[in-house]
Amino acid sequence: MEQILVLTHADDSGSALSKASLEAVTAGIELAARLSASLTISIIAADAAAAGASLASAGARLLAVSGEAFAQARYASDAAAAEALCRAAEATIVLAPGTSRITRIAAGVAHRLGGFVDSHITALGGGETIEASRWFYRQRIEAVISRSARPWFLLLDAGTHTAFVGATGAAQIESVAVELPAQRTTVSGYRAPAQDAQTIRPDAKMLFVAGAGWTKKQPDGQTHAAEAGELILGFLRQTGASLGSSKSLVDQGGEGEPVLPFLTHMNQIGQTGSTPRHAKGLSTCCHGEEPHVVGWRFIGSRRAISLDPNCGWTRGKADVVYVADAFPVLAKVNALLEAAKG
Amino acid sequence: MANILHIVVCAGIVPDPLQTLEPVTTPAGPGLKNEMVLPAVLDPWAASALYEAAALAAKNPGSKLWLLSLGPKAKLQQVMMTVAQKVAFELVPIDGPIGGFPDAHSTAAVLAETIAALPGLDKAKLLLFGGWESATRGAGVTLQLVGERLGITDQFQGVDQIELRGDGSFEVLERVEGGKHQVSVCAGAPAVLGWATGNLAEPRNNPQIGMANMRTIMPALSKAKVAKLDANGLSYVSVSLPKQQRETRVEKNMTPDEIAAELVAWIGAE
Repeated sequence: MEQILVLTHADDSGSALSKASLEAVTAGIELAARLSASLTISIIAADAAAAGASLASAGARLLAVSGEAFAQARYASDAAAAEALCRAAEATIVLAPGTSRITRIAAGVAHRLGGFVDSHITALGGGETIEASRWFYRQRIEAVISRSARPWFLLLDAGTHTAFVGATGAAQIESVAVELPAQRTTVSGYRAPAQDAQTIRPDAKMLFVAGAGWTKKQPDGQTHAAEAGELILGFLRQTGASLGSSKSLVDQGGEGEPVLPFLTHMNQIGQTGSTPRHAKGLSTCCHGEEPHVVGWRFIGSRRAISLDPNCGWTRGKADVVYVADAFPVLAKVNALLEAAKG
Repeated sequence: MANILHIVVCAGIVPDPLQTLEPVTTPAGPGLKNEMVLPAVLDPWAASALYEAAALAAKNPGSKLWLLSLGPKAKLQQVMMTVAQKVAFELVPIDGPIGGFPDAHSTAAVLAETIAALPGLDKAKLLLFGGWESATRGAGVTLQLVGERLGITDQFQGVDQIELRGDGSFEVLERVEGGKHQVSVCAGAPAVLGWATGNLAEPRNNPQIGMANMRTIMPALSKAKVAKLDANGLSYVSVSLPKQQRETRVEKNMTPDEIAAELVAWIGAE
């Protein structure tokens, strides 16, 4: 019989589990029920009792490592914690969220346990076995895989399961001791744009992508990067959308061309960027070529504004393509949204 | 004060992203149709790692840079004709299978074994670089496994910047959720850094660097050791192209006002 362990960790507050962790809990409950397997949930947090309160009704054995060393994500301490938790649970299957904290350590921990790891899992299927779906070649080929070797670590992509919600309360949590190696790395915190300048919003319903066309010469023979920037930021303010970009636009900064100063490589979507999940996506001034569009795999409804009637978006990659100049369109959209707010 | 670094960059080769990919079944498992004739490039994130490594080595005289790449020898030679013109490095080729379907654990075992046997490598000075994910398997686990096999417990993924200090320690920025970077300070080598995009543009081709590199690349390729990768219990139930093909409505004659009205209605719809 499989022994399933869900590996979770606290969010930035330190006193609650991350949303992705709660999604992994749901996956664990579903898988344990399907396989009639035992379920253990483990927590890595500075204060595991507080973070684990939301798991009081999960119906699983709860294990935790606690302490100041686990307040921040760091390979040496997190890997030691996860290794201890996996050993304590005698897990054959380890489900974990594909967060930066877990993906940093999961492969190393799997190796320490003589196990194997597969990441970016988007679905768990199979009858009495486990079959995991994941993408290859940057979301261009989908495969269903299985492994006979154990323990098997499966890192779940965010947004593939609903977050577990249960009655909160004092949970019975077993503490697991961890022998920490010498710490050569000190985490000093986070560096991020000011709150009102943060354009990457993973929880937004909509993705807005700016392509290189925004900074090219317009019909008057001039570039209008500043105006483009105002229009785009205005749209983001009105809609709360997350801002993405094509590679060519963010690369322009290094090539001496006009730039949108609020864009960085962090905004990049596609082959060498991210693959976010949003219900809707609006592409503007972007050709919709395959290396960029692979980053749209998990965008639901897609629309594009492009001057090129033969751009990639028209070839089955978007639901609607408007062949138009994005400058006047976006100005009008912003005005309508402003008016609607009254 | 300059630090002498031994930087090993692990970088695979991948199909040019503009190529159409079609999965096929081969005797060795899943593969790509016409895989051996598809134009290939150096894995993009690993290429970022290579450029960052070269810049770091240049700032620290006496440092050494190895490029470790596993793939079919003929494809490696083709890709190196371009990569060799970018920055100076010593190629360590491993003749093995191409593509994203072989098991990452087997790949990592071969890479770690090769690094451990590199002549002249001082592990105390080792910075192990690579892309944080490949453009083939995209698992983001190989570099960690190599690091773990080499006993390196300071590992960073999604790295966009490191700043080396005089005492050998370095500050590192790693991408985390929500468009932020986690800032850490590591006491120094050895460490594993899986790079995201970094901050450097792709270097221009330099024929002189290319000629100097090729003098060592060709002999290295001729002596490349052959690697066979185990499946480690990994099996593929199915491999397929996504079936999503949208019925695109192309609007060529709508005015900006009409488009804006339609977009606002779409944005507001649940």
